[in-house]
Amino acid sequence: MPSYVITEKCDGCKGQERTACMYICPNDLMKLDRDRMKAWNREPDQCWECYNCVKICPQQGIEIRGYQDFNPLGGNVIPLRGTDAIMWTVKFRNGTLKRFKFPIRTTAEGSVDPYAGKPEADLSKIKEPGHFTQQGAGVTLPTIK
Amino acid sequence: MEKETCTFSYCEKPEVVEIETDLLVIGGGMSACGAVYEAARWATPQGIRITMIDKAATDRSGAVAMGLSAINTYMGENDPADYVRYVRGDLMGIIREDLVYDLGRHVDDSVHLFEEWGLPIWKKGDDGFSLDGFQAKDAGKAMLKDGGTPVRSGRWQIMINGESYKVIVAEAAKKALEINRKATGMEENHFERVFIVKLFKDANVENRVAAAAGFSVRENKIYLFKAKAICLGAGGAVNVFKPRSSEEGKGRAWYPVWNAGSGYALGMQVGAELTMMENRFVPARFKDGYGPVGAWFLFFKAKATNSLGEDYCANEEALTEARAKYGIYVDKMGTAIRNHLMMRDMKLGKGPIIMRTHEAMQAINKDFVEKLGEKEAKKKIKHLEAEAWEDFLDMCIGQAGLWACENVEPDKTPSEIMPTEPYLLGSHAGCAGFWVSGPDDLGAPAEWNWGYNRMSTVDGLFMMGDICGASGHKFSSGSHAEGRIAAKNATAFILDNKDYVPTLKQNVDEIASDLYLPYEVFEKYKNATTDPAMNPNYIKPKMLQARLQKIADEYFGGCSTWYMTSKAMLEEGLRKLQVLKEDAALMAAADLHELMRCWENYHRILSVEAHARHILFREESRYPGYYYRGDHDLIDDENWKCFVNSRYDVDTGAWELKKVPYVQLVD
Repeated sequence: MPSYVITEKCDGCKGQERTACMYICPNDLMKLDRDRMKAWNREPDQCWECYNCVKICPQQGIEIRGYQDFNPLGGNVIPLRGTDAIMWTVKFRNGTLKRFKFPIRTTAEGSVDPYAGKPEADLSKIKEPGHFTQQGAGVTLPTIK
Repeated sequence: MEKETCTFSYCEKPEVVEIETDLLVIGGGMSACGAVYEAARWATPQGIRITMIDKAATDRSGAVAMGLSAINTYMGENDPADYVRYVRGDLMGIIREDLVYDLGRHVDDSVHLFEEWGLPIWKKGDDGFSLDGFQAKDAGKAMLKDGGTPVRSGRWQIMINGESYKVIVAEAAKKALEINRKATGMEENHFERVFIVKLFKDANVENRVAAAAGFSVRENKIYLFKAKAICLGAGGAVNVFKPRSSEEGKGRAWYPVWNAGSGYALGMQVGAELTMMENRFVPARFKDGYGPVGAWFLFFKAKATNSLGEDYCANEEALTEARAKYGIYVDKMGTAIRNHLMMRDMKLGKGPIIMRTHEAMQAINKDFVEKLGEKEAKKKIKHLEAEAWEDFLDMCIGQAGLWACENVEPDKTPSEIMPTEPYLLGSHAGCAGFWVSGPDDLGAPAEWNWGYNRMSTVDGLFMMGDICGASGHKFSSGSHAEGRIAAKNATAFILDNKDYVPTLKQNVDEIASDLYLPYEVFEKYKNATTDPAMNPNYIKPKMLQARLQKIADEYFGGCSTWYMTSKAMLEEGLRKLQVLKEDAALMAAADLHELMRCWENYHRILSVEAHARHILFREESRYPGYYYRGDHDLIDDENWKCFVNSRYDVDTGAWELKKVPYVQLVD
């Protein structure tokens, strides 16, 4: 589907303005039912299975059930995304389990200092080729010989 | 049909927010993030304000939202001239070599930044085996910028642990925006969940873009951004042709399902010149899940065959037959030609086409045991198996799910591959987009440079990523680098036109009425029937999209005709498309989410129309395997080794198409 929300686990992000899944879904699919305080995927056929709602849900209350027009039942893929790595559990229809752990970043989240140690941009060179970083490092860009 | 207007007699009038900025960046993907990163450094000391508008949340927006397992454009030791040769070969001989070369000489710097910001990049270990981003760091391997050796899956591709690729790139972009915001005293300069649907030209200055309008998908608010220059990175078009899947699986498009052709439509609305819109991309991917095949082909050296075990790309009879029609391009064996040969076998009943993952894994296993002995080989194989799964889990998780549901273990069972439905894009293995000014130092014809790199034929409007045309194979890193090139030049443009003040012909109320029309139509008629979904007075965006997809599929060479079309078919389809365009004025939206879908589908219609008109104009089959003109089923270099450019007049609906000479710059 696409993502589905487990009734028991979803707390509607405790009545905040919007839920984490609503915030992150690139296709604006997740919606909060304010009467029940539960989120749901309003357009399963527009879900890319990108798993961003699954990864961000603070309750681990969202999973994916494969598109039924070609997926047999019974398999699933469940992530657990930490600060520097992600764990995946892949469960096959026949019960086989596979677990993987992959790095996701080598720096602390929020630690990017975009221009630390970078040169200033030299306005006199704005019409010459090269990013400010390349120009500042004195790199001469090649041309077609 | 009676024309409907929006006077806010039925739907609630939204709040209208007018914002003045200097450099407006539309989009939030790789190119937009590159744009704000570069621009903030040049523009901030000059007091130039930068504003970025994203339809989604920038941490996870655009084509890299899910993640990626590789960066497909990294020069490293390579000469950008060779990159030009490779791109030219894959795109059937017609590319803007100035743009592609320029991209090649700028791209690595972006990759180096990604690594610095925290993107884990695989490195080659001392034993020749690969180390993931953590292992490489622990082993003290140098970063790429300091000469570290990446793991190449192909000549241009490097492997990464890219689950958080977009989050990392977005972090730098958001911080760059914040630096600019503070220095220039803006209240807000990063808008998420605002969907830009229209661009406007200046009322007084000829041929200059002046503003963009859109709406919030969260609250009743319309935005009008006036700017001195605009960098457009709103992406290509998916779900314009009927997808192979019919229900839920429609979401599992290969290209991100939220890219609705907005990039093309926005530029078309102000008359920017298009190029190579006849181009499309039909990737051959694992069937249904559309999982990536690149790593399997390039990194694991898997072979694809027909069901008889034959290599369909080495069938002499097929090659001879193809050479007769498509000439020298056949032996270059680009992506389109491989598709063509695959489909030939499928049509002959020799399918399904099989990626022999099991044999590739067994070959690797045998090799490892011989080289390393049983025990060590077992460890390495386990690592390799994880690498194979990571390829999916980083960028196409649905494919991993499909394998799990079908009990496919790639080392034991092969998998089917299949050509997808067509997509329109210009940063992957496609080149549909806008005609832009190029660099002036690469020997290109003078008319290819009108002063500002990546500026379109509309002054102040710069193109980047998927919609910058005739220059494919940028991928994620190249899109970032291209955003940087565009934004730097847009900054120069702003500095050269300091006194410019954007002025609009339209007033904001007119714009608001136009944007909210589908809302008004719905509110006006919704109670006329007992079910608002079944109502003769309007069309819901879902149905409009279904009709568009059916027209494109059946007349413009979609899956159901094996990508075959002709003059007569195109003309008939365009007639139907014209009527659909009229009906689009009667789209109905029950809420803001549907209002977004309405405008997305209007953008899709314009993108598809451009595509069809270009295919009609080009009387040959330049991209066999992607589409065929049955009435001109050949590659005709003598008459058609040229660009096809076009211009759409939004007021009259008229099209002008022309040939533009191709010029080879790299031997």
